[in-house]
Amino acid sequence: MTSLLEASDLRAFYGSTQVLHELAFSLDEGAITAILGANGAGKTTTLRAICGLVRCSGEVRFAGTRIAGKSTEDIVRLGIAHVPQNRGTFLSFTVEENLWLGAHISRDKSRRRSDFDRLYGYFPILGERRRQQAGTLSGGEQQMLALSRALMSRPRLLLLDEPSFGLAPITVQEIFRIMRRINAEEGVSILLVEQNVNLALGLSDHAYLLETGRLALSGPSQELRRHEAVRRSYFGS
Amino acid sequence: MNGFLHQVLSGLTTGGIYASLALALVMIYRATDLVNFAQGEMAMFSTYVAWSMINAGLPYWPAFLLTIGVSFLAAALIQLAVIRPLAGAPILASVIVFIGLLLVFNSIAGWIFSYTIKPFPSPFPSKPLWENSYISTHEVGAIGVTLVLLAMLFAFFRWTELGLTMRAAAENPVSSRLVGIRVARMVALGWGLAAALGAVAGMMVAPIIFLEPNMMSGVLLYAFAAALLGGIENPWGAVIGGFTLGILENLLGAYLIGTELKMTVALAIIVLVLVVKPSGVFGRIVLTRV
Repeated sequence: MTSLLEASDLRAFYGSTQVLHELAFSLDEGAITAILGANGAGKTTTLRAICGLVRCSGEVRFAGTRIAGKSTEDIVRLGIAHVPQNRGTFLSFTVEENLWLGAHISRDKSRRRSDFDRLYGYFPILGERRRQQAGTLSGGEQQMLALSRALMSRPRLLLLDEPSFGLAPITVQEIFRIMRRINAEEGVSILLVEQNVNLALGLSDHAYLLETGRLALSGPSQELRRHEAVRRSYFGS
Repeated sequence: MNGFLHQVLSGLTTGGIYASLALALVMIYRATDLVNFAQGEMAMFSTYVAWSMINAGLPYWPAFLLTIGVSFLAAALIQLAVIRPLAGAPILASVIVFIGLLLVFNSIAGWIFSYTIKPFPSPFPSKPLWENSYISTHEVGAIGVTLVLLAMLFAFFRWTELGLTMRAAAENPVSSRLVGIRVARMVALGWGLAAALGAVAGMMVAPIIFLEPNMMSGVLLYAFAAALLGGIENPWGAVIGGFTLGILENLLGAYLIGTELKMTVALAIIVLVLVVKPSGVFGRIVLTRV
């Protein structure tokens, strides 16, 4: 498989504090990759570094183009969509306006219309609430909306920051099921940051484990499931 | 009774001007969480630009439209050149730059056009409409122009792609960048629109209060009070606040305190709102986790 995104010697800083230390990783085209780690390990920062939301140095290449140092607005145009941890909902806008804003980089209006219908197909509840103000949606619905908003830009790579955060298990299951479908049916590659290690390893093909801003371990998710250190840290056995 | 009606109607005129300028303040506040203290002086300068064009022989309405365009472009450029580099700086730094801009515009206007008071033409006939004695034709026209402008602006933000995008950029800048909206450009556009609004306010108020470099200081104070009264984040609130204050100012001036203390009313309202209800009458309270 060819790699879609490649990072090497990636360092990120908040003020003068370095939070990512010489990270190197690559994402396969069409695959689901997970980044695991405890609170403060640098998972969210890694995603923010990829899409230019945090000061960083090093090399990041996306589909052959160097993206480190580019503005977020330009990185999005290359085909990377980011669903932030707080879901980034435009609260005072309606559900449909949120989706419409997600398609900001595409100028093709007829495609927008069919994209609306495609996403309402994945998430019927959003279709029912299309005229409703997004701020009135439940947490799970807002997560679905965030995912849909990101997909409206027709990305090649989807960055997902803790999609299960604060949601009921049944909602999480539904969202993960649809993420798998989107990956399989539309060929969108996914980079997933997740605290729920079991869930993340179940969904992903490959995983990286971060510890305090450094890469601790990586490998196929099936193997990491059996790995001694992972089991000890995250499954308590 | 006639006097009362006269005060209310002419209050609507100045109220519309306060509303326009208050809306300009709200637009910039929503996009950047900052109050542009130079908004009034920028409007004053725009009015001088219009005055120069008219003096050079241009008919009123072309000069009017050209002034709006020039003000829009100049303000967008000021935002990009002077304000944008301050992103991330402490609030106090921005406030000082705004006050600096205020002084710069005031001094340049005085230097180029002198501090002597100049008459500014009205595009409307000087004969009262329908021979009434309550309100001049200019006052009626100014209310009309203001209402048309406000309606256009609300339609723009409600129904156009660009308007919606600008609102999104103001509401959630990070999310906007993540969907590819060029937020910095939207903020510059917002500055341009605010200055265009200010320019119209200046051109409409100048025939009433005459043209001079300090003409807008009182208007800005009232606009600021109107924006606060309506809730500094609420555009409708700013408009209602503007009209309310225009009428209130006239009635208090005519019946209660006389014209000398008019400015004090604006200040009293600012203090009252900040003390009693900082979120304004139509504002909402935003809780922040610390």
